[in-house]
Amino acid sequence: MAQGSGEVATNDAVTDLVSDWSAEKEVFKVHWGKAMMWIFLLSDTFIFTSFLTGYMKVRISSTVPWPNASEIFALSFGGDPIPLILIAIMTFVLITSSGTMALAVNYGYRNERVKTALLLFVTAGFGLLFVGMQAFEWTKLIAEEGVRPWGNPFGAAQFGASFFMITGFHGAHVSGGVIYLTYVAFGVLNGRYEKKGYDIVEIAGLYWHFVDLVWVFIFAFFYLW
Amino acid sequence: MAHVALADKGQELAHPKTWIGMYVWSQDHKIIGIQYIITATAVGVVALILSGIMRLQLGFPGVFDFIQPDEYYQAVTMHGMIMIVFMLTAFFLGGFGNILVPLMCGARDMAFPYMNMLSYWVYLLSVIVVCASFFVPEGPTGAGWTLYPPQAITEGSAGADWGILCMTVSLALFVVAFTMGGLNYVTTAFQARTRGMTLMRMPLSVWGIIMATILGLLAFPALLVSVIMMTLDKALGTSFFMPAISSLGENLAHEGGSPILFQHLFWFFGHPEVYIVALPAFGIVSDLISTHARKNIFGYRMMVWAIVAIGGLSFIVWAHHMYVSGMNPYFGFFFATTTLIIAVPTAIKVYNWVLTLWQGNIHLTVPMLFSIGFIFTFIHGGITGLFLGNVVVDVPLSDTYFVVGHFHMVMGVSPFLVVFGGIYHWFPLLTGRMLNDTMGKIHFWMTFLGTYAIYLPMHYIGILGVPRRYYANGTTEFLPDSVQTANLSITLAALVVAAAQFLFLINIIWSMFKGRKSSRNPWRATTIEWQTPDYPPKHGNWGKELPVIHRWAYSYSVPGAKEDFIPQNEPPSEHTRGEGKV
Repeated sequence: MAQGSGEVATNDAVTDLVSDWSAEKEVFKVHWGKAMMWIFLLSDTFIFTSFLTGYMKVRISSTVPWPNASEIFALSFGGDPIPLILIAIMTFVLITSSGTMALAVNYGYRNERVKTALLLFVTAGFGLLFVGMQAFEWTKLIAEEGVRPWGNPFGAAQFGASFFMITGFHGAHVSGGVIYLTYVAFGVLNGRYEKKGYDIVEIAGLYWHFVDLVWVFIFAFFYLW
Repeated sequence: MAHVALADKGQELAHPKTWIGMYVWSQDHKIIGIQYIITATAVGVVALILSGIMRLQLGFPGVFDFIQPDEYYQAVTMHGMIMIVFMLTAFFLGGFGNILVPLMCGARDMAFPYMNMLSYWVYLLSVIVVCASFFVPEGPTGAGWTLYPPQAITEGSAGADWGILCMTVSLALFVVAFTMGGLNYVTTAFQARTRGMTLMRMPLSVWGIIMATILGLLAFPALLVSVIMMTLDKALGTSFFMPAISSLGENLAHEGGSPILFQHLFWFFGHPEVYIVALPAFGIVSDLISTHARKNIFGYRMMVWAIVAIGGLSFIVWAHHMYVSGMNPYFGFFFATTTLIIAVPTAIKVYNWVLTLWQGNIHLTVPMLFSIGFIFTFIHGGITGLFLGNVVVDVPLSDTYFVVGHFHMVMGVSPFLVVFGGIYHWFPLLTGRMLNDTMGKIHFWMTFLGTYAIYLPMHYIGILGVPRRYYANGTTEFLPDSVQTANLSITLAALVVAAAQFLFLINIIWSMFKGRKSSRNPWRATTIEWQTPDYPPKHGNWGKELPVIHRWAYSYSVPGAKEDFIPQNEPPSEHTRGEGKV
C-alpha cells in the first residue's frame, strides 16, 4: 500500500513538473540574467570537470611517481615546514569572501546601497588577496622549487603541467570575478540599479560562489590526493 | 493573476539611428543572424574550394603539381573543420537560431542583445584566425579535422608549428563566441516567449535549435579543454597528450602523456557536435514538410521527445569513434549498445516525416524538394551509421571510404539540404522577395543527384578497402583498376555539384535586388514569424503589441476553417473551433 501511494505521488510530481515547464510562462521563475547565469555555470562546470578528469587520467597513467603534494606545498616560518599552510589560508580567504558576498546579496535586496557596495568591495578584496597568494605560490614553485610546466625535480612532468593549467584557469576565473564585482560595486554605489532592481548582485554572487565551489574540488584533488 | 507579457518585461530596445548602428554594430537579432549567415557562407565557400582540391588530386593523381601530400592533408583538415564548426554550427545556431528563435517565440529580440552582438564579433575573429592559418609559415595544420596528437604537433606533419596554434586558438575563440550566443538562444526560448506560447506549442524548429544549443553548451567545454591542453603541449612543451616518442630519428622531450585522453575529450565534444548540426536540421525540416504538405506534423509530442532523447543519448555514445584506438573491448560493447539505441528516436522522427507526407497535399516547391531530399540522404546516412555502430563491422570499415561516404551523407549533405531548404523558405521573410524558382530547382536536382553520384561510389570503394585520407593509393593487389575509374567519376560529380552551389549564390544575389516581390505570407505558414506588423519585420519585431498565441504551429487543413491554415495568433472563432484539442 505504502509503495503504491508513493508511486502515485511520484507520478503527480512528474506531471506537475512537465505541466509547469510547458505552461505559458517563464520556465524558471527568476530574472532572465539569473537563468542565463545558471545555464552558463552549468557549462562552466563541464569545463572544470573536463580539466579535472584530464588531470586524473594523466595522473593515474603516469609511469613516473607523482610528487608528494604535502612536501611541495609546505611553507616554513623560521621553524619546521608546515604542510599545506598557504593553501589552508587561501581556502579560508576564499570561503570568507563567499560569506561577505552572501551578506552583500542580503543588503542588496534591502536596498541598502552603501553597505552592499562596501561588502562587494570587501569580497573583491578577498578575491584579490587570493590571487595575490596564488601568485606568491606560483613564484615560489617556479623560482625556488624549480617546477616548470614541462618538468620538475620531484617526479612526473604532468604534475607541473596540470597544476599550472588548472589553478591558472581557476585564478583567471577569480580575477574575472574581481573585475565583475568591482564593476557591480561601483554601479551599486552610483545607484545604477535603483530602477532595475538588485538582482545583479545576486547574479554576480552566483558566479562568485561557483568559483569558490570549484576551488574546493581543485583543493581536494591537487593538495589532498 | 494578470499575466505580464513576458517578452516585454525588462526590455528597453534602443533603436539605433545611424547606418553603422543598424547594420554593422547591430544588436538586432535578425541582422546578427544575417551577419552570421554571410560569414559562414563565405568561409563555407573556402571549404568547398578545398574539397575541390582534394578531389582533383584523387581523380587525377599526380596531374596537378601544386597539390603535394602536405597541401592535400591541409585541404582535408581545413575542409573538415571549417565545414563542421565554422560553417554548419555557426549557420544553424548563429544564423537560423538568431533569426528564428525570437521571431517564432514571439519575443522582441534575444534576451541580451548586446551579448548577442559580441557573440558574432568574436565568431568573426575566430574565422579570421582560422583563415589566417593559410598565410602563416608552412601553412595550416594538416593533422586531419580530428587533430589527433601526437602527429598534430610533431615536426614533420604539415603546419605542426603555426598552423596548429592558429587552429586551437580559433577553436577556443569559437567556443567563447558560441557560449555567448548559445546562452542567449536558450534563455530567450525558455524565458521570453510571448503569451500563450507554451513549450508544447513551439514550432519544432525552435525545439531543434535550443536542444542543439544545450548540447553545444555542454559539449564545447570538452573541446575548449582539449585545445587548451594541446596549445600547452605545443607552446610550452607539456606532455598531456604526448607519450615518449621518437620522431625523425630523435627522441622528443615529451614523456608520459596519453593520446587517448585527447580522443576521449575530442569525441565527447565531437559526437554531440554531430547532433548540434543535425537537431536544428530535424526541427527545421519538420516545419518545412508540414507547411509544404499542408498537413499537421505527425506525432508532434513524440517529435519533441525524440529531439530531447537524441540530445541526451548523444552524450553517451562518443567512444564509438574510437573502436580502433585500442580501447578496452568492454567499452566497445557499451558504446555500441547506446549507439544502436539512438537509432530508435531517430527512426521515430523519420517515420513521422514520412507519415506527415502521407496523404498530404504536397506542393513540390523548392523548400519541399530539399526537405524530401533530406529524408532520402538522412535515411541513407543513418542506415550506414547502424553498420558502423557495431564494433565487428566498424573495425574493418573504419578508416576506409565507407566512413567518408557515411558521415558526408548523414551530417554533411543532410544538414546542407536543410540549410538550402531553410534559405529558400525564409528568404522572403528577410528580404521581401522570392528566390528564383527555376534556378532553385536546377540547384536542387544538381545537388541532390550529384550527392548520390559522389557518395554512393564511396561506399563501394570503401568496402573494397580503399583507405581514407590517403594522398594517393599507389598500386596494391587488392584494389582493382576500377577504383580509379570510380574516383575519377566522383571527382567529376563533385566539380559539377560545386558549380551548382555558385548558381545558388548567384540566385541569392540576383533575387535580393531583382527577385519577384513576395506576398505577406508566401508559403501560407501558420508560424508567427510571418505575422509581424511590418514586412519584412523591423527592429523589435512586433510593433506596439506582442502577438498572443492561441494554438500550436501546425493547424493546416483544419476541416471547416475558411483557409487551409490558421496562424498561431489568430483568435478562436466559429471557423477555427473544430480544429482539435491542442
